[in-house]
Amino acid sequence: MSSAALRIQKISGHSGPVPGQDTQRQQKVAKLIDTTTCIGCKACEVACLEWNDLPFRETVFDNTYQTMPETAWNYWNLIKFNEHERTDGSFQWLMRKDGCMHCADPGCLAACPAEGAIVQYQNGIVDFQQDNCIGCQYCVTGCPFNIPKFNPQTKKVFKCTLCSDRVSQGLEPACIKACPTGCLHFGTKDDMKELGQSRVQQLKEHSGYSNAGLYDPPGVGGTGVMYVLHDITNPEAYGGLPANPRVPLSVRLWKGPLKWLGNLAMVGGLIGVTMHYLRFGPKQVEDDKGEHE
Amino acid sequence: MTLHRAAGGLRILRYTLPERTIHWLAALTYCYVLLTGLAFYTPHLYWLATLLGGPPTSRFWHPWIGLLFFLAVLWMLRTWIADMRITSVDRAWGRAIDHYIRNEDEALPPVDRFNLGQKYFFWVMLWGGALLLISGAVLWFPERIPWGLRGIRYAAILLHVAAALLTIGAFIIHVYMGTAMVRGGFTSIIRGEVSPAWAKAHHRLWYERVTGR
Repeated sequence: MSSAALRIQKISGHSGPVPGQDTQRQQKVAKLIDTTTCIGCKACEVACLEWNDLPFRETVFDNTYQTMPETAWNYWNLIKFNEHERTDGSFQWLMRKDGCMHCADPGCLAACPAEGAIVQYQNGIVDFQQDNCIGCQYCVTGCPFNIPKFNPQTKKVFKCTLCSDRVSQGLEPACIKACPTGCLHFGTKDDMKELGQSRVQQLKEHSGYSNAGLYDPPGVGGTGVMYVLHDITNPEAYGGLPANPRVPLSVRLWKGPLKWLGNLAMVGGLIGVTMHYLRFGPKQVEDDKGEHE
Repeated sequence: MTLHRAAGGLRILRYTLPERTIHWLAALTYCYVLLTGLAFYTPHLYWLATLLGGPPTSRFWHPWIGLLFFLAVLWMLRTWIADMRITSVDRAWGRAIDHYIRNEDEALPPVDRFNLGQKYFFWVMLWGGALLLISGAVLWFPERIPWGLRGIRYAAILLHVAAALLTIGAFIIHVYMGTAMVRGGFTSIIRGEVSPAWAKAHHRLWYERVTGR
């Protein structure tokens, strides 16, 4: 989804500086998802399909409320229903709207070899540009949240765009628009953090959720999608939300020190054989014409 | 027979037509996966993928051609397994490798059809190719690896690039030696023939074995 009005901050598979980077200040935007007021109505899922013109896909019945196990290339917004048992044995629904987290330090973008297939806008939105996507799926490996999904027919990868097309026109994302309980909020990152923190305070003081907290993991530089959780100490209970997500170490090594070691080794090898030739020359065998038998 | 008279004097058949064919099949497929792989390795070489028909096309063919490369190497293994075993003769040659590097070949112990360097190159390409195939299969279908086993994906990324760099190092030396350093070597893998003098100088034990002298 290209959005010409949004300035670009990071480009995948790009060497050298990013044109126009930091020439203009833009507010970082963020989505705040309050899991404590989500009722699991899936209006956000439907709004996402509607706005992005995606067909409804087949569901899987597994005797729970979960309509499909995870997001798909044409299903970017999925509520994860988790039947949670509290320590006192009582039951609790943990419902979490799953989708791209729009990391400040995106692992998908770090892993992507295709120039311009993944961009991060100045406002923090991480967006896939399918025109430039080569279908290698390195982003699938780079993402710590299991979000990018591959379409085997078109050989392109898709995920939530944070409605970058709407945001560039001053609108809020479609899911926010559809939420009937007001558990979804959209605004600047600073405002959303403040709102999230005040909700966390409220939960602690009035609802007895002493472990309530705001999920904005620092391992990926913070995220453009934040959660208010009843229990910040156990994010895994919300359908596998990682406690401390990071860009995989192997991606970091591969794109960092190993690449430079590899470059050195390859260039060193070429220089080495050239120097060998200059110093020692070829192995020439004198043809003994006497050998006529 | 392996020895025959040609316009320039006696010639010995070093590589049969099937051997040359499989060598060049492996060489061409390796070059393709090398160039497309380098395009995905660094943005500075991404233009290689554009030259080779566009990045999505390169990405589509890279694993298939890689598979073809590995099959070619397996065929080589079948053809050359007896010739590629490392023997005590090779180990003695290996201890004197300094002389080989300095072109003091007369000081080297005689070797059979392949010397230790050639054998190492073959085994590096075979095992490197196997590692590339295994890690490449993971990179080809990452979504088939369950999320709980994603450590396999992370390992595959490192393994693929490490094995690739290993084969690239071997490949640089192989191409240099086959074209510039060992004169007569390149013609032998094109037309299959070498002169008796060449055979005696580089592979005396093989020369004696095939000619019976």
